[in-house]
Amino acid sequence: MLELTDIDAYYGPIQALKNVSLTVNRGEIVSLLGGNACGKSTTMKTILGLVKPRRGRITFEGQRIDRRPPSVVVKAGISPVLEARRLFPYLTVLENLRMGAYTRRDKKGIEQDIERMYELFPVVRERYRQPASTLSGGEQQMVAMARALMARPKLLIMDEPSMGLSPLYVEKVFEIIETVNRKEGVAILLVEQNANMALSIATRGYVLQTGEIVLKDTAENLLSNPLMQKAYLGVA
Amino acid sequence: MPRALRSILANLPYIGLLALALALPSLLGNAYYIQVAIFIGIYIILVLSLNLLNGYIGLLSIGHAAFYGIGAYASAKLMMEAGLPFILAMPAAGLISAAFGYLIAKPTLKLSGIYLTLATLGFNMILFLVLQSWMSFTNGPLGIMGIPQPSLFGREISSRPQYYYLILALVLLTLFSMQRLLNCRFGRALLAIREDQLAAEAMGIHAARYKIQAFVLAAFYAGIAGSFYAHFVKFISPDSFYIYESFILLAMLALGGQGNLVGPMVGAAVLVLIPELFRFLQEYRMIVYGSVLIVMMLVRRQGLLGGKNYSLRLTWFDPPAEKKYYRGDKFLPEE
Repeated sequence: MLELTDIDAYYGPIQALKNVSLTVNRGEIVSLLGGNACGKSTTMKTILGLVKPRRGRITFEGQRIDRRPPSVVVKAGISPVLEARRLFPYLTVLENLRMGAYTRRDKKGIEQDIERMYELFPVVRERYRQPASTLSGGEQQMVAMARALMARPKLLIMDEPSMGLSPLYVEKVFEIIETVNRKEGVAILLVEQNANMALSIATRGYVLQTGEIVLKDTAENLLSNPLMQKAYLGVA
Repeated sequence: MPRALRSILANLPYIGLLALALALPSLLGNAYYIQVAIFIGIYIILVLSLNLLNGYIGLLSIGHAAFYGIGAYASAKLMMEAGLPFILAMPAAGLISAAFGYLIAKPTLKLSGIYLTLATLGFNMILFLVLQSWMSFTNGPLGIMGIPQPSLFGREISSRPQYYYLILALVLLTLFSMQRLLNCRFGRALLAIREDQLAAEAMGIHAARYKIQAFVLAAFYAGIAGSFYAHFVKFISPDSFYIYESFILLAMLALGGQGNLVGPMVGAAVLVLIPELFRFLQEYRMIVYGSVLIVMMLVRRQGLLGGKNYSLRLTWFDPPAEKKYYRGDKFLPEE
């Protein structure tokens, strides 16, 4: 469904991505792992069209999306959950959800989807009238996911959903990611530092190191890979 | 209560204000007072248009007088040399100003923050120099004199009250159109971009396109104000559209508060009135003007009416939305 082939991306003279190729198939959860400053977020920005790749191509459902503005990419069916959530702080939770449906014009469908989000994320229902900034980090993450789903995406890209959350909420968030994937049939590209958690729900995984993909395998194999265990999974 | 009566009651404050505005010339009587009211009207349109950029989409423009000037010169030239009637010259002046807005916005909106701001300042300075130096077209610093008075539907507009009603109509049109525009998808997109551009783009909002549209619209309204100014004062010179004028508009916006439609009107009215009310202080009156601004920034930085959303909703045009209840509402107190 999503295919990156031989992507090179630069920030000025500095190369951030080298020859990155990855695919996400329909209905899959794929995790993209790696430490700090290895190019995880750049990969996401490149997919969304916020960073223009210097080389390579990106296709989504057969359609080329590299060099297109983010609005076109979102309309094509890729919806991002941004790093640090980036809710509209002064808008209420409900208004944030409506903003998520900006590209849609089917009023009835939007109302139905809001109802669905309430079911999927009980927190969103409880807090729908509150300004988004008054929610805790974990609650905001739920709203951010609900907002992204309001666009009815075929693919959800999540940038570090576990960042800055309490361990309890991290588990909750990953549970919900799994549910969303199963219930809504949305493919998910999960960009994460928390390799253990990410691989526990993913079907496949890629490992980025200084802008290059050094490992790609099924989640099971990655979890048992001795190299992975040493570098990312914290197994002695 | 019957529907019609209820909607009249709901709109009562607006009806009252409109009645006051309509009766104002006879209440004021004095031609000089009416002239002050007319200038308040011109500045209301200008500050409302600047508010689209600074208040709604979060682009800091500090050269807005340029579009005011383009509108004024375009309208004067179109009537005097192309022989266009006023009713065509005014919208044409707005469109010409909007076209310039597009030409400026297209390349500069790639810039962000302070660079864009400097570009608007630069444009204002260039326009001033062009008006000043292009003797054959603009008559340079001497300006254009003897601009014809407008006539609408065969009626000459010449007396102060007639001008007053014309600007009142323009202000109402501006308010009405902006209100409609800002209450739909367009307005929501502008706010989203102002709050967080990256997040807005993640929602599929094409930020660059909306910025250009906002710029073009703001230039259009400013051009209309310029056209009115030219035909009201009947004399225009580059000095009226210098950077100084842009900063007055910014001061009005800062004083009234931005991001809603009421603040800019209050700001425009107050800062037009202060120099007039304190005329007895002669040159010292500008001290009052400056002090008001300084005190405002110290005690109420968001402006008199900033930071809030005042709805200017007329229930005839926007019937109040039906209350919708979601399942979760059962557990919440009613609004």
